[in-house]
Amino acid sequence: MSGSEPLLRVEGLEKYYESESDFIDRLLGRQKKVKAVDDVSFEIHEGETLGLVGESGCGKSTIGRSILQLRKPTAGSVYFKGQDITTLSDSDLRDLRKEMQIIFQNPQSSLNPRLTVNDIIGEALDIHGIEGDVSRDARIKDLLERVGLNASHANRYPHEFSGGQLQRIGIARALAVDPEFIVCDEPVSALDVSVQAQILNLLEDLQDELGIAYLFIAHDLSVVEHIADQIAVMYLGKIAEIGTPEELFAPPQHPYTEALLSAIPEPDPLWDGDRILLEGSVPSPIDPPSGCKFHTRCPRVIPPSDYEFEQEEWRAVMSLRHRAREEDIAVETFDDGAPMEALREELDLPSTLSDPEAERVVQEALRSVADEEFGDAESLLSETFDTPCSTDKPVLRETDAGRVACHLFDPAYEAGPNDGTTTGDGPAAGSAASGDD
Amino acid sequence: MAMLEVEDLNVRFYTDDGVVRATNDLSYRIEAGERFGVVGESGAGKSVTSLALMRLIDEPGVIESGEIRFKGENILEMDDEEMRSLRGNEIAMIFQDAGTALNPSYTVGEQISEAIRYHLDLDEAAARERAIETLESVGIPSAAERYGDYPHEFSGGMQQRVVIAIALSCDPDLIIADEPTTALDVTIEAQILELLEEVATEYDTAIQLITHDLGVVAEFCDRVMVMYAGHPVEMAPVEDVYYDPQHPYTVGLMSSIPRIGDDRERLQTIPGRMPDLIEMPPGCNFHPRCPYAEESCTRVEPRLVDVETGEPADPINSDAQTAACLAHTGELDGELDYEVTVRGEDGPAESGPASGSPGVTDR
Repeated sequence: MSGSEPLLRVEGLEKYYESESDFIDRLLGRQKKVKAVDDVSFEIHEGETLGLVGESGCGKSTIGRSILQLRKPTAGSVYFKGQDITTLSDSDLRDLRKEMQIIFQNPQSSLNPRLTVNDIIGEALDIHGIEGDVSRDARIKDLLERVGLNASHANRYPHEFSGGQLQRIGIARALAVDPEFIVCDEPVSALDVSVQAQILNLLEDLQDELGIAYLFIAHDLSVVEHIADQIAVMYLGKIAEIGTPEELFAPPQHPYTEALLSAIPEPDPLWDGDRILLEGSVPSPIDPPSGCKFHTRCPRVIPPSDYEFEQEEWRAVMSLRHRAREEDIAVETFDDGAPMEALREELDLPSTLSDPEAERVVQEALRSVADEEFGDAESLLSETFDTPCSTDKPVLRETDAGRVACHLFDPAYEAGPNDGTTTGDGPAAGSAASGDD
Repeated sequence: MAMLEVEDLNVRFYTDDGVVRATNDLSYRIEAGERFGVVGESGAGKSVTSLALMRLIDEPGVIESGEIRFKGENILEMDDEEMRSLRGNEIAMIFQDAGTALNPSYTVGEQISEAIRYHLDLDEAAARERAIETLESVGIPSAAERYGDYPHEFSGGMQQRVVIAIALSCDPDLIIADEPTTALDVTIEAQILELLEEVATEYDTAIQLITHDLGVVAEFCDRVMVMYAGHPVEMAPVEDVYYDPQHPYTVGLMSSIPRIGDDRERLQTIPGRMPDLIEMPPGCNFHPRCPYAEESCTRVEPRLVDVETGEPADPINSDAQTAACLAHTGELDGELDYEVTVRGEDGPAESGPASGSPGVTDR
């Protein structure tokens, strides 16, 4: 499986967008880059499925489109059957589209309402010059039947079909040119659960029969788990964890994977497991957090080794630091009598921290915040408490179960954080490894 | 008397193509502080049901017959003035798409205090203060500062919090939440559900939650009504529906959920799709898709009955598990031959921090 050249290999793929800016910004070079996809690599083998999961805005759809060269990647290479397709000419690309296809999320908007099903599917055949007129109708009928539609419906228009049927037409159109690889961009998100199951089964059957490889993009881990051979979890343009479903759901797990999994509502009224609630929402990709991009929300962010923090206390201190950086604390609305208490409550900080030394620093930072000196508070906190999570970028590393990009599973940080040279204060064995499983 | 009693509600839409029977003899009740779930596929009549409660059914739709009693008063007989003082005050609504539910040209603060000023008769300053408190209670940081922000300055999850704040602003007795988390990411969905749960407990507000997500229902609701083609097909306390479903449609819905750690090769599906509400199949509407359908199902329309006794259901006064399937009135020759398996534990009665959860296999 892994010995031969994979069907598709993506290497260091990057896609940056320029943020909106006016003329003066451009003149002064003040444009900001939105890193939609930031150095992503993976492989897909023949007849296999890679599931790509993440929240809105994590860059999963951009990856799908960059692979098909519908959006030119900023950097990186996409090898299809060993050939780098990012450098192909337009006419070569057109030929390539016979082998790579896409199914979109919303069939209502991706099928032309003025064309009959016959023309929608036939268009693909015409463009690529497949088959003459005689067998064209036969081919279309065959395709419709293959995706579970009645061949006699070929002359109907899209509005005469239900959502699930439209998605089947979208699949038939992608199949028309006999592709070897299909990007499925959230193909079942808009469908009812019973119809969703029908479409997932159909995609699996087609893969078994025709040996097509899929890149299956979805925001729902349980859907992806069912269909994928490999799953990549994305956060803010980067892959946080990649592995087979079994590996992904077994420890060691990236804290983000863990949170995503635990957020899926369990269809069992008596289930009373602990749910991991992530704070806030995904940060803006224009100015993403430094180090590990997940550190602003991570419940298991690594505490500094020279202080003794409870995990929740440390999380609250990190949130204070993040909000000071974003200047996202409305100080003037707090009660004049006891601003400190109000601040601590707002930030979920306990009335005193367990480490007196840390408590002293946090109090000083809170005083700066109360005076709206956010910069002072942020620099004080980041200078005093150093955590590799906010300084070093994690890389995907092989673990016992899949590849994970998290410092928690990097032996270099196992004895608490250090910056490569062993300046750490002995084996403080920070609570890094003993997160809240 | 329950807080809300819906009796034999029939909503029809008179379209050029024919009469759409959106709800058919729908009866249910919601007690004060109760969380009632309404589940079903698109087109089952879930949203029409909730719009009817607020009397928001528009042309060409009409509420043809039935009664909707809120605290004993039939709201179908109220005049417009009475209706206005009820909407947003005692009954509030949370819509699916917060982006379109909010008015883009007013600040979010204004949209909340508008309802407060109208219903609670407070002056500008007092309404503002109450609006800020409500924003705080739904977890919007720096509420006072964000009072003057416009909807587009909020993320999707934050917009949904604002919509919930509007619903909560006048301390309603009943909130109708129509797919409140469907448009949100799963981590944000978890936050919003937790928030709804908190406020429902704190203010003892009843919630009618409309959703197609059986996971959300399991987590949130006390009782559930499963709808199919405008009919209630099963109604019961949530545990009964999940551990002992009594209608083949409920079984089909449950078994088509993809589950983490599930080693089934193929997902179970319900073949076909919801019938056209203009031309419904005779007899049981579900029979063309039902794996247990017999000849009698094509002729006899099943009534909602108590599954224990086979007596006609009384959804307004009783909590018994009810289902609309001929199997429960002895008119079916065969049996509903499916099996409920609960993963990871011995039986559903066992509680505790188990990872077990029901999955349904039909054979």
